[in-house]
Amino acid sequence: MTPPLIEAIDIMQRLGKGAGQVQALKGVSLALAGGELTLLMGPSGSGKTTLLSILGCMLTPTEGTVRILGRSTAGAGPGVLAKLRRDHIGFIFQSYRLFPTLSALDNVRLALDVRGEPAETAIPKAKDALQAVGLARKQNAYPYELSGGEQQRVAIARATVGNPPVILADEPTGALDGENGHIVMDILAQIAKYQSRGVLVVTHDPRIVSFADRIVQIEDGRILSEAPVPLAALSYASTR
Amino acid sequence: MPLIVKLASRNLLQDRVRFVATIVGIVFSIVLVTIQMGLFLSFERMVTTMIDHASADLWIVPLGTKCFEDPSLLDEQDKAQALSVHGVTGAIPVLIGFTQWAVPGGGSTPVFVIGSNETTPGLHPWNLVKGDLATLAEPHAVAIDRTYFSRLGVTQIGDSTQIREQKVEVAAITNGIRSFTTTPYVFTSLERAQGYMASTPDRVSYFLVHVAPGADIATIRKQLLARLSKVEVLTPDEFRSRSREFWLFGTGAGAALFAGALLGTIVGTVIVAQTLYSSTKDHLSEFVTLRAIGSSSLYIHKVIILQALLSAVIGFALAAGIALVIVVTTADTALPIVMTPILTLGLFVLTVLMCIASAIAAIVQVLRIDPAMAFRS
Repeated sequence: MTPPLIEAIDIMQRLGKGAGQVQALKGVSLALAGGELTLLMGPSGSGKTTLLSILGCMLTPTEGTVRILGRSTAGAGPGVLAKLRRDHIGFIFQSYRLFPTLSALDNVRLALDVRGEPAETAIPKAKDALQAVGLARKQNAYPYELSGGEQQRVAIARATVGNPPVILADEPTGALDGENGHIVMDILAQIAKYQSRGVLVVTHDPRIVSFADRIVQIEDGRILSEAPVPLAALSYASTR
Repeated sequence: MPLIVKLASRNLLQDRVRFVATIVGIVFSIVLVTIQMGLFLSFERMVTTMIDHASADLWIVPLGTKCFEDPSLLDEQDKAQALSVHGVTGAIPVLIGFTQWAVPGGGSTPVFVIGSNETTPGLHPWNLVKGDLATLAEPHAVAIDRTYFSRLGVTQIGDSTQIREQKVEVAAITNGIRSFTTTPYVFTSLERAQGYMASTPDRVSYFLVHVAPGADIATIRKQLLARLSKVEVLTPDEFRSRSREFWLFGTGAGAALFAGALLGTIVGTVIVAQTLYSSTKDHLSEFVTLRAIGSSSLYIHKVIILQALLSAVIGFALAAGIALVIVVTTADTALPIVMTPILTLGLFVLTVLMCIASAIAAIVQVLRIDPAMAFRS
């Protein structure tokens, strides 16, 4: 069995203070392996985004362990966590989060620039990443000149250009129509399948279940089920 | 162009109105500081201009003299005592003082008379544009600066009037010898100056001491002090320093100019800080994304500081252009604003520091960003 790229073990997460404190995660464990597209599904407030934030080294768990490529993040400061993010994790957001003042090419290049990669190597890599998502001809376009689907593809190129082993996507199809959602998920599935990366997609969208290798259902801060597709798809469908 | 510079410049230029407001703030601030500091430099030069142009190795001045314009007087007999010191080759008397110039069209105006014999190396007018030093030997001859033509009611060589009912005739004209007190200088011979100021022949303001080549000035100074009473013996540098001290700090004029410069700096810093803070707040979402994708704090700080530096460079360039126009425009006025390479460099450094200091509030704001905010739509 392939060792997990990213692993959360017995995660507890309390949010807020005093009377308003909420137990967002109650002993969640999840591992993500290379070559696999996992969907993390659950209702609003189930703890999906909190788990994603912890797996993405943006939030330190109250209890439990997170391992990135076998290395525990316990005790790591913000600088170390930032380095883990830029070196090992690519992020895709529901609202794309592109820089409106930069072209598609520069938006992709930015993920390499924050790593200190020189322009001579970063520009060809960014062009290749745009080519891989079918946007080679739109490299000079600004976000406002692109459709929602195209913007999300630029965001995917940005997430993958640095060749991180893990891709974490938060509702990547949430703002897209069915056709564009399909294109985006197809690209993410290709990334998992042909580039041996671990892709975790947080979603509400039942239309994308068919792209998954595995579906993890979370509710009320606990993992309810974890099963490979199509078994999971059937199970997910029966709960709707 | 490096991507980080592109990002910073685009952030800065995205809101044109705010960008213009930032630049106007910097320009206003730096021009204000330039004027204040330029006036300070000009003032500093003008208060010592007579000492700078006098021919003297040492100055014998009345005890307690605070500045060149001090009205205290010396006894003319001190000259013989000074000349008796070994190594002293000359002790040139100079008489200075305020008096009234009868304006030919009517009325009178105060003038500052400087009397020194034109045949000795003393304190004579410079930058002569009409006439020459020798003409000051002629009866009633004086030299005035053309800056003050309208004030004095004269326009050319040969024009005449009176000081204390004694005839005055313009025999030489200078350019650029202006007084910080705005009182015109009138150069003339020692004897005529005594008449114009109703001073007795045995009283003078200063002796300009000349020493033999190779003589030890410190030793001569000690000997002069030993032989003369109620006087001080100063080197030109000491006299310059004393005059500056009195006019710039003793009167509060320098403090007022510095206060103006400080005010300009504070205003500029506040304006730039406000606009940078506002710009950072508008681009907070992008800074959140940068943090989320793993950018280091240093990278984000660089973006903000680059925005500040770009503002500084553009603002300074415009301010320097405006300052240059002001310098040229005021060059021939009674109080010219002076720019020197060191002042220009200093102002650039001040602009950069001001803009970087302004970035602190924005940086503090960005430090508080939670990268997990990127998951909130």
